[in-house]
This record gives sequence, C-alpha cells and structure tokens, in this order.
Amino acid sequence: MEQNYLLGNEAIAHACIESGVDFVSGYPGTPSSEVIDTLRLRPERSYYVEWSVNEKVALENALAAAWCGVRALCTMKHVGLNVAADPLMTSAYTGVTGGLVILSADDPFAHSSQNEQDTRCYAHFARIPCFDPASVQEAHDMIAGAFELSEEFHLPVLFRPTTRICHSKGDVQLGDVQESTRVGEFHKDPRQYVVIPAHTRVLHKKLNEKQPALRKRLVEKGFNRYEIRGKIAIIASGIGASYVQELLPPGISFMKIGAYPIDEEWLGDFVQKHEKVLVIEELAPEVEEIVRQVAGCVPVFGKKTGYAPYEGELSPLAVAGIMVKAGFLEKNPFSAIEPVQNLPPRPPILCAGCLHRSVFYAIKRVFKDAIYPSDIGCYTLGLQLGAVDTTICMGASITVASGIAHSGEPRDVVCTIGDSTFLHTGIQGLLNAVYNGANMTVFILDNRITAMTGHQPNPNTGQTACGVESPPVSLDAICRACGVSFVEGVDPYDYTGMVQVLQEARKRKGVKVIIAKQMCVISARRAGVKRGRYAVDPEACTGCGTCVRFGCPAIEFASEKAQINELCSGCSVCVQLCPAGAIAREGKK
Amino acid sequence: MSGSYDVLIVGIGGQGTILASNVLGEACLIEGRHVKGAETHGMAQRGGSVESHIRIGGEFGPLIAPGQADLLISFDLLETLRYSHYLKKDGKMVVNRRLVLPTSVYTQKLTAPSEDEIIAALKKYELCLLDADRIATEAGSPLSQNVVMLGAAARWMPLKPAMLLESVRRLVPKKTVEINTKAFEMGRDAGGKS
Repeated sequence: MEQNYLLGNEAIAHACIESGVDFVSGYPGTPSSEVIDTLRLRPERSYYVEWSVNEKVALENALAAAWCGVRALCTMKHVGLNVAADPLMTSAYTGVTGGLVILSADDPFAHSSQNEQDTRCYAHFARIPCFDPASVQEAHDMIAGAFELSEEFHLPVLFRPTTRICHSKGDVQLGDVQESTRVGEFHKDPRQYVVIPAHTRVLHKKLNEKQPALRKRLVEKGFNRYEIRGKIAIIASGIGASYVQELLPPGISFMKIGAYPIDEEWLGDFVQKHEKVLVIEELAPEVEEIVRQVAGCVPVFGKKTGYAPYEGELSPLAVAGIMVKAGFLEKNPFSAIEPVQNLPPRPPILCAGCLHRSVFYAIKRVFKDAIYPSDIGCYTLGLQLGAVDTTICMGASITVASGIAHSGEPRDVVCTIGDSTFLHTGIQGLLNAVYNGANMTVFILDNRITAMTGHQPNPNTGQTACGVESPPVSLDAICRACGVSFVEGVDPYDYTGMVQVLQEARKRKGVKVIIAKQMCVISARRAGVKRGRYAVDPEACTGCGTCVRFGCPAIEFASEKAQINELCSGCSVCVQLCPAGAIAREGKK
Repeated sequence: MSGSYDVLIVGIGGQGTILASNVLGEACLIEGRHVKGAETHGMAQRGGSVESHIRIGGEFGPLIAPGQADLLISFDLLETLRYSHYLKKDGKMVVNRRLVLPTSVYTQKLTAPSEDEIIAALKKYELCLLDADRIATEAGSPLSQNVVMLGAAARWMPLKPAMLLESVRRLVPKKTVEINTKAFEMGRDAGGKS
C-alpha cells in the first residue's frame, strides 16, 4: 500500500491498473482527459491504450474488446457520451464478458463544457449500473468494484466522476499494480452479438430481468449505505455527500448513494423511518425522483420543492444554505461575503502567437458581413474577437454553416474547425455540404494536436497515444475525397498571403476549404522553437491601436503607445498589421 | 466543521500555481497528514484567472468556502483582490508585488485599479508583500517565483519549513533543485522567519 497526493483522474487511472485493465480507449475531453494521459505515459504498460478519433469509435472498440473477455476502460466527457450513445444503448442488450467500465466525466457548472448534462440519466435510460464517487479515494476504490460488477452481471458499467473529483486532489491509498495477462478470444454467438429483431427482443427481456438483483447487490457491496441517527435524514450522492458530511449535525440520519440503480425497497424502509428527508445531489434529481416514489407521506425536500437548484455545482456554502433553508441546520456556518466588485475579468485567452487569432482576424477583414459558425476547441475563444457566432457540439461548425447557407440567409458563411474536431465528427458534415451543393467557406485550423484538453495526439499528429509513429493523415486529401475542388493551404503567420487566399475563396461558388497550418505555440515552445521577440519603436508608433485590437496578450498599451511584453512568441503578425511600420524584431530596426 | 488549515493559491494560468499546490500536498504526505485540494484545469488555464484550494488536514470536500481561508498565496495583485473575500477575518496574505493587466483592459478599454490602489485596499489584511520575480531571478531563475512564494508563506503554515523544502526538492526538476532551494530560503527571509 502506497500513499500519494494525486489528482482524481490519476487515482482512477492507477485503480484501473490495479484491476489489471487490458484495453483502454477514449477521446479527450475536460475533465476526463488525464485518465488516459496517465495510462498512456507510463513507462511500462501491460495493456493496450489508444486515443480514438471520437467517443463512438472509442466505445465500439472497447465493447468489442470486452466481448473478447478482456477488461476494458473507455473514457470521455459527458457530452462525448452523446456521441457514443448509439453503441451504449445496445451494448446493454448484448452485454459483455470481460468487464467494461465507461468513464463519462460530468461537468456541473460547465467549467469547460457546452452543457451540464448528467450521465446518471444515461445509465437510467440504458438500464446499466452507474457509479457516483464522493471523493478521490472513493473514486479509486470503486473502480475494482465497477469491473467486478460488470463481469458479474455481464453489463457495461458507467462511472461518473465530476470535475470536483477528476480535478481535485487528495492523499490516496493505492493498491498494487496488477499486470494484465488476459488474451482476447471471441466466441461466436450470433444470438448475443447480432441484434436482429428476433435476438434483440430476447436480449431486452434479459436486461430487464437483471435489474432486481443488481439493485440488491449495490447495497450488499456497501456502495449504497446509511446510518440512522435521528428522526430526520439527509440522502446525498457524489461530491454533495462530502459537503454534507462536513456539515452534518449529530442526530440527523445520513444515507450515501454511491451507485445506481437504487434498491427501492431498501430506500423505502429508510425513508419511512423518518419524519422528513432532504436530498442533496448535483444536477438532475435522479435520487430525488426515486425517494419521492417511495416516500409516501414523508415530506421530501429537494429540487422539486425549490430547496436545491437543478443547475450548477454544489459547494460547501450552497449545501449549508440548502440545509438551513430546509431546517436541517440551525445556522449557516459560512458568512456570505461579497467579492470585490467591478474588477476587469480575466477570462482564458488565445495564447500570444496562436495561429487561430490571425485566422480570425483575416476572416473578419475579408468577410466583413458574414456568419461565423465555429466549433469546440481553443478557437471557441475567437468569440472574444467577434469571429464566433455559433458553437453547439463537436463537428457542428460545418453542418451549421451549410444549414445557414441553405436557409436563404444571403450573407456569406465562413466556419472554423480544428484538426482534431474535423477528424472527430467534421468530415461527415463536409461530405454532406459538398453533396448538397452548399455555398460556404470552411477554415480548418490545423495545429496538429488536440490542444485544449492538454495536447493529446490525433491521427494528424504522426504518432499514437503511446508515441509510436503513425502515418499523419492528409487533411487536404480527405477534403478532396469529399469532393471539394477548392482546397488551399495557408500559413497563418503570413497574414498577407492568407488574406489573398480568402479573397479568392470569396469569389468562388460551392464549398471552399482553407487549411491554416501552424504548430500550436505551446507545442512549439516545448519543442524548443525560438522565433525571437518583436518590439514597438515608440518614436514610430502613432498610438492608433490597430495592434491592440488584434487582442494579443503580448501587446499592451500605455501612455498612448503600444508596447510588447515578454509573452511575445515571435509570430510577426502584428508587424504585418501595423500601418506605421513601427514593429520590428527586437534589437533590429 | 473540520479542523483543516485552508490555503488558497491564486494567479494567472501558467504561473506555476499547480506546482505550488503539489508541494503543499506532498509536504502533508511527508508529515502524515490528510490533505484535499481542487484546481483549475482545461481551457481556463489559457492565461485566465486560476485558483488552487488546499485543505491541510482536510477530510471532506476539496473546496474552501468564502470567508474560510486561513492563508491566501497570490501571484498577482489583481487576482489577490478578486479572491480576497475567501480569506478569514484574521487570515494572512502572501502576495507577489506584480500586476499583469488582463488583455480585456486594452481591447475593451476597461478600467483597472492601479498597483497603489490595490495595495491600499489590501492593507486591512495581514499582508506580506514581496517581489517574487526579483527574488527568484536573484536565486537563479525567474521560474522559481512560485517556490519563493511558498518560502515566504512557510511561517504561516502548520507544516514544518524543512518538510516543505523537502517537498520542493522532490517535485522540481532535478537540475533546478539548488536554485529552488535557494529560492525557498530567500522567500523565507522575505516573508520574515518566525
């Protein structure tokens, strides 16, 4: 046994190795990415690990491995589960032989996401178990149970940590690493694996028949448990349970839900022993709905009665507030202190020298009055530059663009999408746009890496998750194969050249694709690329503010003059923008 | 209520707040204490405002409630003000005397408080103000400013300075151990040893 100070995701990754995981796949997405990053970067591995091109692909791969009897882990963020929902729903019917744990990390408060959906609803929908850890240690400890349960019931199992588990840290007791020794073997059984109607009707019935024993087992294993201490009770799940435990006064019973489905009979017995109950859980009222079904005339306090919010994340302060309001705590131990008002916000920003900034600037210059659909990645920050009009989900820049173009909207449509997102779910949209004759321009922002989630490689990088060389895909050839005739590559640091290509694209009909190629500045810095810095000649600077409007964090403005700070990475785009010719390489004039 | 000692480390993405929080976590392990923490990952790290919560002796959730932090370690003056409401009435502040204005101040012409205004507003707290960049550069590398900050904050923390230093030595890259040791000691001097 070893004690470590670990990130939740690192602890989960280690627990998978302790369980002898054989096969790992997934697509990066905050807050889930570090699970595979931890697994793929270990110097010695006895398991297979891949970054897949999207979550559907990842889950189908992992499912097949589990059909072959090996233990498989598949990771994604909550919205990735939507992409993987198709195989997910039917995998509950086919079941698995080897354990299959599908980690879908939720992001209450949408710290880094487009919505706040709750993975527990998917588990309910698919009728498969779901684990909901309350702490880093528990997330670690539950993994072994998740694999065992998956194998015992031959069902895929969802594992739902939230941001405050994935990206929180704690002293974690680790177990011993187990080398994976299983070798996959596929046993042909069409009645299990070929879901034609005659087979699937039987499989659906079998899935339903598994439910009662499953519910009981989660109680027997201690994932769902309670302690009776008085006449009133709090039922809590996930990180909410940790907040409640810190505040819980003596004399209040406590039930902790760590896994679903909940045994209704067992839950009913507990609720009926109390005069009132309060339910604390993040996002959807998954626990509360069932509590209400079994509560009879016992009053239930929760989201449905306005005591707790349906949205956002819980915090010690919020939980204390709910407990006070519902009469489970006398007084809020935390004083509500207002933060200092009217400070300039410091949102995340595209890095100095980021290729995306110069692309957005060029688009805005050439297509002044156009619609700009965009996508999921660092470049969503182009919003700050007024160059992002829509973002909905992965790959939806191209499809939204063609939808707008076909709607009769007379303005030009120019969309932006990163290389990893294009390979994730962008290609089909491009194929569709060309097939159906849309008039639009697609800008692929090619930095050769999945940058936002922490620089994971993708098929465009030239290496696999474990650093093995792989043939880098040609985005140009993919676009041409989709039927695009105007495919042009540009260097986004050559601002003038990029503007010319955009002007050419603007004159043409049909789907035009421009691929802006430049390394992510963070990757470039790590690779030791040094371009030298630029500086403003204060004599020549007229203080017009053109370079400031470019929005680069390396450009500041003081005493009516622009100046360049140490963040400059030498992209030189501002040199090309300055109408006074006042910017030059540092030390040169 | 738990008896944890709650430390909030704030700054700008890329300044090394995560390493600083790892040092505290590792020091807790060395001393055999429980510890919980939470940090900012993902897109918010791209030059945005970042916070790390560390609860020394913490046994429950990782988040510190406003008004509960015993110690605020801040790498930037503006961020100090932004998170100052997390501090307890008698809480302590260790602050790097440096003000990086957000780009929005230039692009959207927002007003920002000046260095002097911020320092005046912080005077109501028990404040240790230091020039961590300068001290770090003197120690051998400006990159060691996070370790300078930890050194300066060491006197307030319920962890032995020797254990904090041991933790620094374990976590920084091998070739920078000497520089960071010096940075820690110079930080301790700047923070006023007790």
